[in-house]
Amino acid sequence: MDNNSVVIKVCSGTGSISAGGAEVLHAFRELVLSSDLEASFQDRCRADKVGCRGFCARDVLVDVVIDGEKTTYERVKSDMVPRIFEEHILGGSPVQEWTADELHQSFQDNQKKVVLAHCGEIDPEDLDAYLNVKGYEAARNAFNDMQPVEIIEKIKRSKLRGRGGAGFSTGHKWEFAYKVDEKEKYVVCNGNESDPGAFADRCIMEGDPHAVIEGMMICARAIGAGKGYIYIRDGYSLAVKRLRLALKQCHERGFLGKNIFESGQDLDIRLYPAPGAFICGEATALVQSIEGKRAMPTPRLTRTSENGIRGKPTVINNAETLANVPKILRNGASWFAGLGTDTSGGTKVFSLTGKVKSNGLVEVPMGATLRDVVYKVGGGIDQDRAFKGIQLGGPTGGCVPESCLDSRVDYESLAVAGTIMGSGGMVVLDETNCIVDTAKFFLDITQAESCGKCTPCRIGMRRMYEILERITSGNGRDGDVELLEDLGSHIRTTSLCGFGMTAPNPVLSTVRFFRDEYNIHIRDRKCPALVCKSLLTFSCIEETCTGCGMCKRVCPADAIRGTRKKPHFIDQELCVKCGSCFDSCKFGAILKE
Amino acid sequence: MGSSKVTLNIDGKEVIAEKNSTILDAARKLEITIPSLCHNPDLVPFGGCRLCLVEVAGTSRPVASCAALVQEGMRVKSSTNYLERLRRTNVELLLSDHPNDCMLCERAGNCKLQELAYYYGIRENRFEGIRREYPEQDNNPFIRREMEKCIMCGQCVRICDEIQGVGAIDFAYKGLWTKVSPPFEKDLDCEFCGQCVAVCPTGALTGRMWASKGRQKFREVETVCPYCGCGCNITLAVKKNEIARVYSKKDTVNQGMLCVKGRFAYDFVHSQDRLTRPLIRINPAKDLYLHQENPYADSSSSAGFKPDPAQFREASWEEALDYTALRLKEIKDRHGPDVIGGLASARCTNEDNYLFQKFMRMAVGTNNVDHCARY
Ligand SMILES: Cc1cc2nc3c(=O)[nH]c(=O)nc-3n(C[C@H](O)[C@H](O)[C@H](O)COP(=O)(O)O)c2cc1C
Ligand code: SF4
Ligand code: SF4
Ligand code: SF4
Ligand code: SF4
Ligand code: SF4
Ligand code: SF4
Ligand code: FES
Repeated sequence: MDNNSVVIKVCSGTGSISAGGAEVLHAFRELVLSSDLEASFQDRCRADKVGCRGFCARDVLVDVVIDGEKTTYERVKSDMVPRIFEEHILGGSPVQEWTADELHQSFQDNQKKVVLAHCGEIDPEDLDAYLNVKGYEAARNAFNDMQPVEIIEKIKRSKLRGRGGAGFSTGHKWEFAYKVDEKEKYVVCNGNESDPGAFADRCIMEGDPHAVIEGMMICARAIGAGKGYIYIRDGYSLAVKRLRLALKQCHERGFLGKNIFESGQDLDIRLYPAPGAFICGEATALVQSIEGKRAMPTPRLTRTSENGIRGKPTVINNAETLANVPKILRNGASWFAGLGTDTSGGTKVFSLTGKVKSNGLVEVPMGATLRDVVYKVGGGIDQDRAFKGIQLGGPTGGCVPESCLDSRVDYESLAVAGTIMGSGGMVVLDETNCIVDTAKFFLDITQAESCGKCTPCRIGMRRMYEILERITSGNGRDGDVELLEDLGSHIRTTSLCGFGMTAPNPVLSTVRFFRDEYNIHIRDRKCPALVCKSLLTFSCIEETCTGCGMCKRVCPADAIRGTRKKPHFIDQELCVKCGSCFDSCKFGAILKE
Repeated sequence: MGSSKVTLNIDGKEVIAEKNSTILDAARKLEITIPSLCHNPDLVPFGGCRLCLVEVAGTSRPVASCAALVQEGMRVKSSTNYLERLRRTNVELLLSDHPNDCMLCERAGNCKLQELAYYYGIRENRFEGIRREYPEQDNNPFIRREMEKCIMCGQCVRICDEIQGVGAIDFAYKGLWTKVSPPFEKDLDCEFCGQCVAVCPTGALTGRMWASKGRQKFREVETVCPYCGCGCNITLAVKKNEIARVYSKKDTVNQGMLCVKGRFAYDFVHSQDRLTRPLIRINPAKDLYLHQENPYADSSSSAGFKPDPAQFREASWEEALDYTALRLKEIKDRHGPDVIGGLASARCTNEDNYLFQKFMRMAVGTNNVDHCARY
């Protein structure tokens, strides 16, 4: 397809579709099929829908690949399609003003796409497209030519570790399940993606559903499982739809069902639409949920891999973990191990958001530095403001300061830096973010998502949130920081499951690295980043004020006094700190502090 | 290997325990008290309250002893300053979301939370904040639910599901707002067996009829439930010669479980309606016809049933039995034995019931005899 062909690849992930991707695809297809073109051209030109390639902020992304040469367009709307078609596809000269800029290029060029390699390249709804890129070869090979122990050894040597957060060695997990002498075993893909700010698993399941299924098949072969579940939050409707379609295609082709690849082994994989609470992603809660009960973690008397669904050995792997598996079998364990660090092979996908120039899904090798991710891939801080910190690993992760920018992204280094890999969420903060407010933001999520089972997490998280609330509203008390530390570490040590063990992280890490900022809130009743409303004061600078009266007109609280052409004055008793005067004054005469 | 027992060491004492038992089980063998709120030996380990934490040599975090299995050679400490501090903090947290209504609470004096608050001497609480408040629900006459007193031990949910097999309640919502609830917050509508009430460690679940009948210093009367042939053992908690509540102990044939009747339907004992002496009808209607008017007609409206003195007179047992025998004999002579039928009750002993059917068959001479649990 490289030579003498024109392929138009239109991103069709959730982000793109909401930006009008379906219309763009339709517009291209109409033009390709329009009657006044030569049949020979129509034969070699096609428009494909492809998975998300991570830069959703610039959707709709379109690649035009002419004879193997790729040009990327961004923010394409359907009314731009005729010109691209006319000038570029027919005329041969790209529409320069719409093509991807340098930031976009460096966003893509500084990544290492392994698990996302198919996303943005192949049509996720087309099984043949997946077969064309050697899809299901690894599974066929595993079932026909490999013994379970060989597969397990290979996965172990690849140093693949769970991408669901804890980083447990995937090969070892499979080995536990393999060793249990039991007929009934399960393989589960964890597609719950608990962290509301992460979208890596969604994009993988949407953009390359067959890779996830192939990974599950290989796991089933390795441990001897006859049944699999894809546990996915129901809200991921496009991923649900595509996985369902992919499973149907596999059953039709005999890749799933009875006696697959003539190996004698049966494998049935089903979709399990999940309610999608945060805790549903926790392995023991997930088992409860699949058994039809409320998703609440249970004490781990034994391992899930040995004693999971209905008491049977159950391997639960994250969607990204599983999507890596076929690649390891195809390209070799040492290739995969070589991509990463001594302790962790391969790459990791992060959901990079916050105050960076380029927001999106980024895949980098294990061991890349945070600096690389923020500055090379992310293009640096938005509006070139000062970097303040990164909240890593989702709402239960930790926030690390600038001094940690040279930390490597792997499980051990991030733990040393004071955070976790977690969901792979990365929220970049700049000088305009208040650290206490940020911690409060994350605790607002987690205190509501605690499953409620255990005392420290259910009540403790709420109390921590309330302490933050009083600090940010100007009612902080002496000793509140110490109380936060004490309660935070109490929750961390006494909670039942991984949620409570990590949920205080945003507070504990920010208290550790930004203690002064907490103290200023409490002692001086000030918010240095000018975020916490209750701690702001607005006043009029007499010397600068021209008396134009603009502020007076916009003030909703009638807090501003003054006569025309005379300096105005803000009555602090009446001011509700809405900031309208600050925004409206053309002379910079309102002081916000 | 191969042995089903392991030896471990708790607080310096060796103990031999079953391999699949928990650290808490082993500690209780040694009569070491470890505080617990959610543990129930009859139910699947829950691990929610986080009070039973112990230190195990070689592990970095404290372990919930109710939900961790013993291991050979394990060395456990059940109480250290560190552990007591963690436990105290958890009690503080529970109390920060509790109505502290001990003054009026049915469970006061027999409440595990109250006991822990007392034990840890928690008067000042470092934590404060929003508390759950719920409107009173349910129209049933048996179970009162005050869910703001619930400490989420899950025992009610588990016993209802695992032992009673009903599953009438489960957890709903998340975070601080997690709540034990019937489906969709409807009123509780179940068997009302009260197993949940019996296991609740706090005043969240109580018997409605307990109200203001006394909370402590009961005289316990061990007896057998009078309702059915199962013969569950019950304990009457008596105060001022009145039954204040009924419960059942674990070391009984019914292992502490009861049904709605045995547990809650004891008001008949003190009912004004109870007949305490035999009554004989003054002017019986003709044989074979039932009296058309219901002599009990107005008993439902007023406070208690008073037999209509125009229709009944009190008699001694002697007279009543003689009269009954006489009339039965007359009826049998006139119409034959098969016009007579006998209904016995499961509330009688087996021996009584045996004698009754014998009497009907031999003395009266009919097979018309039945019983609510069938002969
Ligand atoms: C609160 C909590 C939420 C979790 N959510 C997810 C999730 O959404 N997706 C996921 O793959 N793993 C999640 N995990 C991790 C799982 O428990 C489990 O370790 C993982 O799915 C195993 O797969 P892996 O070995 O491939 O990482 C969560 C863990 C905790 C404690
Ligand atoms: S730590 Fe939190 S989420 Fe986990 S079991 Fe306890 S209450 Fe539930
Ligand atoms: S808008 Fe600015 S310049 Fe105008 S009166 Fe208000 S403070 Fe003064
Ligand atoms: S901040 Fe809002 S309320 Fe306060 S003076 Fe300015 S406009 Fe008025
Ligand atoms: S439940 Fe216990 S602690 Fe709570 S009010 Fe009742 S007696 Fe007091
Ligand atoms: S009374 Fe019985 S059936 Fe009803 S909720 Fe309690 S345990 Fe379940
Ligand atoms: S109602 Fe009682 S038994 Fe049920 S969870 Fe609450 S405290 Fe436990
Ligand atoms: S008794 Fe062990 S956690 Fe509650």
